[in-house]
Amino acid sequence: MKRSITRLLMAPSVILLLVWMVVPLSMTIYFSSINYNLLYPGRNNFVGWMNFEFFVTDPGFWIAISNTLTLLLSVLIITVVLGVALSALIDKPFAGRNVVRVLLISPFFIMPTVNALIWKNMMMNPVYGIFAWISNSLGLEPIDWLSNYPLVSVIIMVSWQWLPFAILVFVTALQSQDTEQKEAAQMDGATGWHIFRYLTIPHLARPIAVVVMIETIFLLAVFAEIYVSTGGGPGYDSTNLAYLIYNQALLQYDVGVASAGGLFAVLLANIVAFFLIRAVGKNLTV
Amino acid sequence: MAYLNITELQKHYDNYHALRGINLKIQEGEFIVFVGPSGCGKSTLLRTIAGLESSTGGSIDLDGRDITELASSKRDLAMVFQSYALYPHMTVADNLSFALRLAKEDDAVIKEKVSSVSASLQLDKLLERKPKELSGGQRQRVAIGRAIVRQPKVFLFDEPLSNLDAALRVQMRLELARLHKKLGTTMIYVTHDQVEAMTLADRVVILNAGQIEQVGTPLELYRSPNSRFVAEFIGTPKMNLIKLDGLTREGDMLQLKLMDTLIDFPVARVHGPLPSNATIGIRPEHLTIVSDSGDLTGRVELIEHLGSEAYTHIRLANDQTIIVKAPARTEIKDGEMIQIRVDRDELILFNESDRVFSVVPEEANHE
Amino acid sequence: MTLTQQRKLKTILVGIASWTIALLLFFPIFWMFITSFKTELQAISVPPQLFFEPTLENFTIVQERSDYLKHAWNSVVTSFGATILALIIAIPSAYAMAFFPGKRTKDILLWMLSTKMLPAVGVLVPIYILSRDYGLLDTQLGLVIIFTLMNLPIIVWMLFSYFKDLPKEILEAARMDGASPWGEMTKVVLPLSVGGIASTGLLSIVLCWNEAFWSLNLTASEAAPLTAMIASYSSPEGLFWAKLSAASTLACAPIVVFGWFCQKQLVQGLTFGAVK
Repeated sequence: MKRSITRLLMAPSVILLLVWMVVPLSMTIYFSSINYNLLYPGRNNFVGWMNFEFFVTDPGFWIAISNTLTLLLSVLIITVVLGVALSALIDKPFAGRNVVRVLLISPFFIMPTVNALIWKNMMMNPVYGIFAWISNSLGLEPIDWLSNYPLVSVIIMVSWQWLPFAILVFVTALQSQDTEQKEAAQMDGATGWHIFRYLTIPHLARPIAVVVMIETIFLLAVFAEIYVSTGGGPGYDSTNLAYLIYNQALLQYDVGVASAGGLFAVLLANIVAFFLIRAVGKNLTV
Repeated sequence: MAYLNITELQKHYDNYHALRGINLKIQEGEFIVFVGPSGCGKSTLLRTIAGLESSTGGSIDLDGRDITELASSKRDLAMVFQSYALYPHMTVADNLSFALRLAKEDDAVIKEKVSSVSASLQLDKLLERKPKELSGGQRQRVAIGRAIVRQPKVFLFDEPLSNLDAALRVQMRLELARLHKKLGTTMIYVTHDQVEAMTLADRVVILNAGQIEQVGTPLELYRSPNSRFVAEFIGTPKMNLIKLDGLTREGDMLQLKLMDTLIDFPVARVHGPLPSNATIGIRPEHLTIVSDSGDLTGRVELIEHLGSEAYTHIRLANDQTIIVKAPARTEIKDGEMIQIRVDRDELILFNESDRVFSVVPEEANHE
Repeated sequence: MTLTQQRKLKTILVGIASWTIALLLFFPIFWMFITSFKTELQAISVPPQLFFEPTLENFTIVQERSDYLKHAWNSVVTSFGATILALIIAIPSAYAMAFFPGKRTKDILLWMLSTKMLPAVGVLVPIYILSRDYGLLDTQLGLVIIFTLMNLPIIVWMLFSYFKDLPKEILEAARMDGASPWGEMTKVVLPLSVGGIASTGLLSIVLCWNEAFWSLNLTASEAAPLTAMIASYSSPEGLFWAKLSAASTLACAPIVVFGWFCQKQLVQGLTFGAVK
């Protein structure tokens, strides 16, 4: 087929995505250089780097960056490690495997807002929550998760949501593992651990790359869980970059500073993407 | 004027020269087999004829028409793929009629053609099935039927039997031969299996590294290969090759020195200049184990019994191994020293650049 | 112990372990479901009650108080609308890239994916302002547009991987049979990739249904989908857990049940074509 037709077929998505990327981004860049507060319209003078200074010197800035990265890395590690272990477990046949699969996939379908509400209220509430009841039954002091360990709480919620995703990708991948290869290893005297370590893990390299890639895209942008459960607090303890910017823009109406923050988020995403694509890109054949 | 005429055909990939100037004339009704080791360009050649790959030089004429730049579908060719490439979402009947429906043929005509083809291939009871409900052999027949239904000028087969088990392969090979007899249509067939090549072909084209090594009837290739490559490629077990220790001319005769033995070879059967170094080729069935006055002596290393016959692997004094193919005999044991006689009429001589410089005598061709 | 007994024991242990983990992970959902049938008093009783007399009154109250059906309809319209739109846009480009790849196809695909890496917060302000200026704030259309663009890269990528995995010989056979590029796409490629398109679509629906960032920031009451409706239950501290659970159950049930039924296709889609 002619190149022109190929181009024509690709045009709609390429153009749309280009617009989707370029227009708002250039607006963000523009807004970040002017004084723009929705509460005081009309005073949109050029202010240079002031918005950036303002955003960077915000007490929450570095905390938010570190929270964003902590959240990303913790959830990636938890979901990949547990995901690999659990998928290896349920890869073997046992009674009711299909039901177990259905149960395991379910949290992935729960919307982030509901996820946060269930955990915040019914699980982690220090008085009426299930965790509190368990602590009490064991004779321990109940923990006030959201006040004392806000970031850990968010990490638990987000991991709960993404673990099923990892498990399912890995289970699917394991089914394609060569059984003869495993049998050969068994005949060679390999133990279950050897097989797992030297055959299964390398076989999962590509699926792990996919999981890391996809989860990173979504984890850098975690918002609703924080919005609903901790509200970023206490203080800035569970504020990530996304929530900090939201706070600037729609709660303090300072578009200029929020835009400057948005550019930081873009920068951060690019840095992460750069390392990510270097690290896992070779495992993804496009 | 040939029916299918390929002239100086070239195919370059980015950094790979797949076809290096192919010249080939195919007559109408011929069954041509392309054979060669993997990577020799046989599939590329077929796919270029089919129009699935575009050539980067040269031309292809079919029945007086230049088809080099024509789309595959306009070339009047039909192809049977290695994986059969049946449309999995269509029934057998729909698979068979797909091309006809695309060509907007009359419904009645389509029905008539499909039913006659399916009857001839014993597919008439399977017409409503989907490909995944068929056995390997049945799928193969649907793939062939899909090609026949279009009544093309040339059939192209890309290793069509390689996915079948051994027994079925032999059966399908026979069916294909019968089909060719019945239809009389030109067929081009790619395989890496020399048995298929020998049994099916009117003429075999041997390819090597993007070039035609030799073209000829199966027997021609077998009896008088023109290079070491062809000699070794055709025939099971492989032709024995033994380096000569000397080559001298004595009047009408050449004297071939093989270790301690001198073998006479008529000069009349040699063409071209005499090389200083030469190798002889002799097929395993042209060696005989004898009790005395043999040409060569060696120790039996291994005997492979195939029932009616046996391959005896023998290590010669110069440490080279040769194979003798002979009717099965039980009196020979491993490790025994035995003598071997060489059938002089069947000797082939290779020069140092591995080309053949001897001729097979006429009478030997008709034994 | 004999080898057979050892193996049997192993199977049983694996079964017990898997079931325990699965039930633990599923427990929050189960608890939410149970709680939605309790009275408010039972919902916060200590110790937690597993057996009680179920009531349906929470569900009626949720519908009355926050008009569940309206928000559910918003969710349905935006998820399905955006998914269909995105598929229509994505199929031709994925097709072109898979079957007629050029030298820059790989770069284009990676670039598309990189737009997905662009954090939504980075463009929150402009999108908010643009939506406001074009009257798209708090409308279904606004969300459909955003969702379409948001999922487009992933959809193109997934479709691309499906198309690329179609056996090449079948397409060549169609070409030899005289199919035009259009015929090849409609008569062979699309029917063969129904499964792939379905799982791509399913995944897109799930992602849209559960999308919270744009829903929370671009809708208020009229076009708010279920994610946004639920967020409005977050404020009253520790109160109305039963109603909250009822609302949550109502918000999640459609997509969870949908997910269970389409589990096989979804799992296929979730691996993004990278895992066979």
